Amino acid sequence: MDIRPILSTLRRHKFTACLLILEIALTCAIICNAIFLIGQRLDRMNISSGIAEHELVYIQLAYIGERPDAMARTAADLAALREIAGVRAVTMTNQIPFGGSSSNMGVRTDLAQQKDTINASQYLGENVPSTLGIQLEVGRDFRPEEYRDLTDVYAALGKGDMNALPKPALISRAVADQLWPGQDPLGKQMYVGGGIPLTVIGVMAQLIRPNQFGDGAQYSVINPIRLSMSQGAGYVIRCAPQDREQVLKLALAKLKTLDPNRIVLGKGTLDQLRRDYFQNDRAMAGILVGVCLALLIVTALGIVGLASFWVAQRNRSIGVRRALGATRGNILHYFQTENFLLTTIGIAIGMVLAYGINLFLIVHYELPRMPGFYFPVGAALLWVIGQCAVLGPALRAAAVPPVVATRSV
Amino acid sequence: MLGYYLDLALRSLKRNQVLTALMVLSLALGIGASITTLTVFRLLSGDPLPQRSSQLFYPQLDPYPIDQPFSRSGKMPWLMTYIDAMNLVHARKAQRQAAMAMTQVKVIPMDAGKKPFFSDGVMTTADFFPMFDTPFQYGAGWSGADDDSRAQVVVIAGFLNDKLFGGANSVGRNIRIEGHDFRIVGVLRHWEPEPRFYGLRLGGHDYGQGDAVFMPLQSARADGMSPQVTLSFGPESTDVAHLENASSIWLGVWVQLSGAADVSAYRTFLSHYAAQQVSLGRFQRPRVSLSGLTQWLDDQGVVPDDVRLQVGMAFGFLLICVVNTVGLLLAKCLRRSREIGVRRALGASRGAIFAQFMVEAAIIGVAGGVLGLVFAELGLWGVRQQPVEYASLAHLDFGMFAFTFAVALVASLFAGLLPSWRACVVAPAPQLKIA
Repeated sequence: MDIRPILSTLRRHKFTACLLILEIALTCAIICNAIFLIGQRLDRMNISSGIAEHELVYIQLAYIGERPDAMARTAADLAALREIAGVRAVTMTNQIPFGGSSSNMGVRTDLAQQKDTINASQYLGENVPSTLGIQLEVGRDFRPEEYRDLTDVYAALGKGDMNALPKPALISRAVADQLWPGQDPLGKQMYVGGGIPLTVIGVMAQLIRPNQFGDGAQYSVINPIRLSMSQGAGYVIRCAPQDREQVLKLALAKLKTLDPNRIVLGKGTLDQLRRDYFQNDRAMAGILVGVCLALLIVTALGIVGLASFWVAQRNRSIGVRRALGATRGNILHYFQTENFLLTTIGIAIGMVLAYGINLFLIVHYELPRMPGFYFPVGAALLWVIGQCAVLGPALRAAAVPPVVATRSV
Repeated sequence: MLGYYLDLALRSLKRNQVLTALMVLSLALGIGASITTLTVFRLLSGDPLPQRSSQLFYPQLDPYPIDQPFSRSGKMPWLMTYIDAMNLVHARKAQRQAAMAMTQVKVIPMDAGKKPFFSDGVMTTADFFPMFDTPFQYGAGWSGADDDSRAQVVVIAGFLNDKLFGGANSVGRNIRIEGHDFRIVGVLRHWEPEPRFYGLRLGGHDYGQGDAVFMPLQSARADGMSPQVTLSFGPESTDVAHLENASSIWLGVWVQLSGAADVSAYRTFLSHYAAQQVSLGRFQRPRVSLSGLTQWLDDQGVVPDDVRLQVGMAFGFLLICVVNTVGLLLAKCLRRSREIGVRRALGASRGAIFAQFMVEAAIIGVAGGVLGLVFAELGLWGVRQQPVEYASLAHLDFGMFAFTFAVALVASLFAGLLPSWRACVVAPAPQLKIA
């Protein structure tokens, strides 16, 4: 279709055309960035944890204070929990993935290093790998004789006795790749907390840190250190997915019978914990989707309004064209092409604007650069919206009978 | 004259009901979104203590070793070691000064029937109350002597007093906290600075219900209460029982200084203190910082990035809505070229035409404002359903209420400018000829 007549018509409606282009450009710029932000949130929410999330429940107890029998009572708790039907494994750990708190430490491969290579999260507890369902890529799990009590570890640290500390450590693949890229990490030495030596005995495929994903979401280390209930964050229990509620109920009852005075601070499944952890991200993604929809609707309504006005204004000239032999299809295509043209110009300007907004966000909100494929997504959305919006008025234009040409307006 | 314009405008708006509804709706959506996000933003960036905030300052020191810095980007440590905090408090170089840490405590009611429960507590020193100008319902804070003698005294919040004593004057009575008896010396009136600036980085809640109990720092520590946040930098492990001598930061210090002279004097004192600690070998870096309350809140990013982003997006949305309204108004007014031509031929001046169209735009603005207010209330209701600490505080106050109409009117008048100008430059003769 020849676009020259369209251009010359538009030249007579410069203001209206410019306004439409401006509106489309702004919408395009905001929508591209909003979709990008939604993508970011979804990525964050879909982060894989490396643990058997659907098979885990947790119970967090209130701090009971330091007591000499804490270790024995913890052992009794663990034994009791293990007896519950359906329970596959139990541990008392210092932190739970997607839980609020975490223990983190600097890791370096050489004592002479000025700065730590990475900051990793530190998981403690007995049988953590098997309870959480962590996949070992290479190496082995801890042996029972390798575990030490945290109280003894503290005592050894207080005396500066590095030999009494448990040396073996499990590291995640991400840590291994960061510390020794391209090398076999098994048997390698690393130093944590400013000089405590650890030897890598195994590499886990993945293990997410409880929070602070900005420091490297998969930077995690496990040490073979036993915790008492006054040192740990809570009990983590593994069972079949369908048994979770039943096991949780029985476990709570059992813990209450062992000590009726304890206060349960938190309980639930890991799935719930994960959902809660990403609550804000989900809310933000929802808001962004809402904004996108509202923007598209407003823009579409704007296009409908302007197109209707144009059609009404050109009623007579449409009639003349029809009288001179133009088909309904010609008229329909005319308005569709006109809209496509305006939308395309708007999108082109919108792309530049979108890039500018992205640069602003990079500087002020530490967001990554927007990947290129968000631009065509935004463009396609606007083209579709534009065509849908103009269809009604264009059909109305196509329905104008040729006889209008003969009437006075 | 205005009455006539109003009449004309209403007639014209009625003639194109769909178009009018479109304009009002899109303006209202933009305004609703902007006001909702702006209300949340203002709530989060508010001044927690308007009468005192200009006099409150937050000193920071850097006890971290150079090769193991607090932050890689060079930020100052948020908190202080016990030794430094106590040195600053005891130096008494400011008008008032207090050290503080947040803690979780188990409160055991004296009535046998009531169950024990967990509450947020503050471990602090005597100046906390006069410095932050806390309002007392009964009694008062404790004295410096109580700090030194590790007196088992406590100031409780009004809501805790209501819960435990039914709102009666409980000064002189005891409550049991973490298994120790504390004598109540004061009961606060409702006091909830938003955001709770003094608990920032100490592990407290930033918004919402205030802390329940306030205890002398040393007494609480002697009774085994531990701070919510401890950050260690020494080679030795953190043993919660011996934090006082450990290489750990876990206290926030606030000082009250009135006047620029006092502030610069205090800054000098801090620098001297840090230099002295370097020469003693306790510090490796003599850097210090002293931030005012609002600056400290800004630096700590009290307003989440998400909220800033939402404000930006809402105003972008409003801009698009305004552009949309401009387009629709323009379309409308161009369609009425003939009407304008007739009015001009009958003697209406350009100014009169301009005023007529601006009145029409203003009507749309007011309607958009009213509907926008409804949307804003809806939006804030949505915010209150969100799982955030500040949720319950998201309400439209009178200022924002008035501001909504100001925004609506300005936006619509701005949107009306171009169409009205186009309308008033319409030449009457050609329009009449066509007819």
